[in-house]
Amino acid sequence: MKVCVTASHEGIDAPVDDRFGRAPYFVIVDTETLETTSIANSTVNESHGAGVSSATTVAQSGAEALVTAHCGPRAFDVLNAAGIKVFAAQPGTVREAIEAFQNGVLTQLAEADAPAGGLRR
Amino acid sequence: MKVAVASGKGGTGKTIISTALALAWGRTALLDCDVEAPNAHLLIRPEITGREIVTRLVPRVEEELCTHCGLCAEFCRYHALAVLPKRWMVFDELCHSCGGCQIVCPTDAIVESSRPLGELVTGHRDELLFVQGILNNGETQPVPVIREVLGRSPEDRDVVIDSPPGASCSMLTVAAAADIVLLAAEPTPFGFHDLKMAVRAIRELGRPMAVVINRSDWGDGSVRRFCDDEHLPVLLEIPHLREVAEGYTRALPLTQSAPHLTPDLIRLRAKLQALITEAAA
Ligand code: SF4
Ligand code: SF4
Repeated sequence: MKVCVTASHEGIDAPVDDRFGRAPYFVIVDTETLETTSIANSTVNESHGAGVSSATTVAQSGAEALVTAHCGPRAFDVLNAAGIKVFAAQPGTVREAIEAFQNGVLTQLAEADAPAGGLRR
Repeated sequence: MKVAVASGKGGTGKTIISTALALAWGRTALLDCDVEAPNAHLLIRPEITGREIVTRLVPRVEEELCTHCGLCAEFCRYHALAVLPKRWMVFDELCHSCGGCQIVCPTDAIVESSRPLGELVTGHRDELLFVQGILNNGETQPVPVIREVLGRSPEDRDVVIDSPPGASCSMLTVAAAADIVLLAAEPTPFGFHDLKMAVRAIRELGRPMAVVINRSDWGDGSVRRFCDDEHLPVLLEIPHLREVAEGYTRALPLTQSAPHLTPDLIRLRAKLQALITEAAA
């Protein structure tokens, strides 16, 4: 299956970025083949609605699961509607996140854990 | 003339001053445009004669016509729409009611639906006309409600507008509709910073400005110096008066709690008028 991890760079060795709507890249990894596609997030610098369009991007990528953190309520609604399960990321690389996902050690988020509009840094 | 009473932040006596001016000047209108926290009615205590719902249009989809092509979501610059292979979703709170999604939809699947945004309350106290806008809880777009209130501004009398606080888009909407902006300032360091921001924003709009300093006997005089440096006319300084603070807790307007200030408030009208004329020349 395809799993999406939010990251600060392209590629499977990129560090995980935990702000869903504002992560610079969505790295989509096929858990069988480790084939990787990186999609640039076009809404990193937008103040509103970044989560909604990011969630749509992830849904269009064909991913069935998303590893990230600080996902806002609107993004969560869209991901839910698309049937994408959301898992809490831990610090590390995309590769480590995928391994943790496959080992079943990541916690599935049952609800949004960030305010609408996202966290600012 | 239309006077917007604004402030850098809330709690600097903006509402005390706007209500006092409206009451002292006699035949006026008071528009409460602080729609996220309107409280001028507490001091005016108007007799309410009308209540109307303010609505705005948001899109809805006719699922059987929608092909989930995603053009509408792509068009929406506010990202209020999400189109998934089997779902069409709208986030009303992000929608700015521009109507564009309906225009770009190739199958005419989008219809407009009206959604309550707030309320418009009208009333009077003797000769004073009162108009208040209220933004519903949870709504994030005050400007359409503010525009409705401003639209009720009468032409046959002076209008005092209680503006939203801060240098926000809401405040600038009000400032742009006024002939002059009267800033209620307080000499505390925190209020000072916000005052500077508000002055900068209003100056960009090109509106003339004047200042009333509230609790003028507090602080170190830096607000006064700032006004002098910026050539902002200080039209009135009101010291911290016990009777004003007490009057406020008892919901009494300044004209009742400190009637000795009324002549000053009346004189302020001519001073504002003069500044407007000067700015127009
Ligand atoms: S543009 Fe029209 S048809 Fe296409 S997804 Fe939007 S509502 Fe559906
Ligand atoms: S009306 Fe405008 S802002 Fe609202 S959803 Fe449609 S395109 Fe977006």
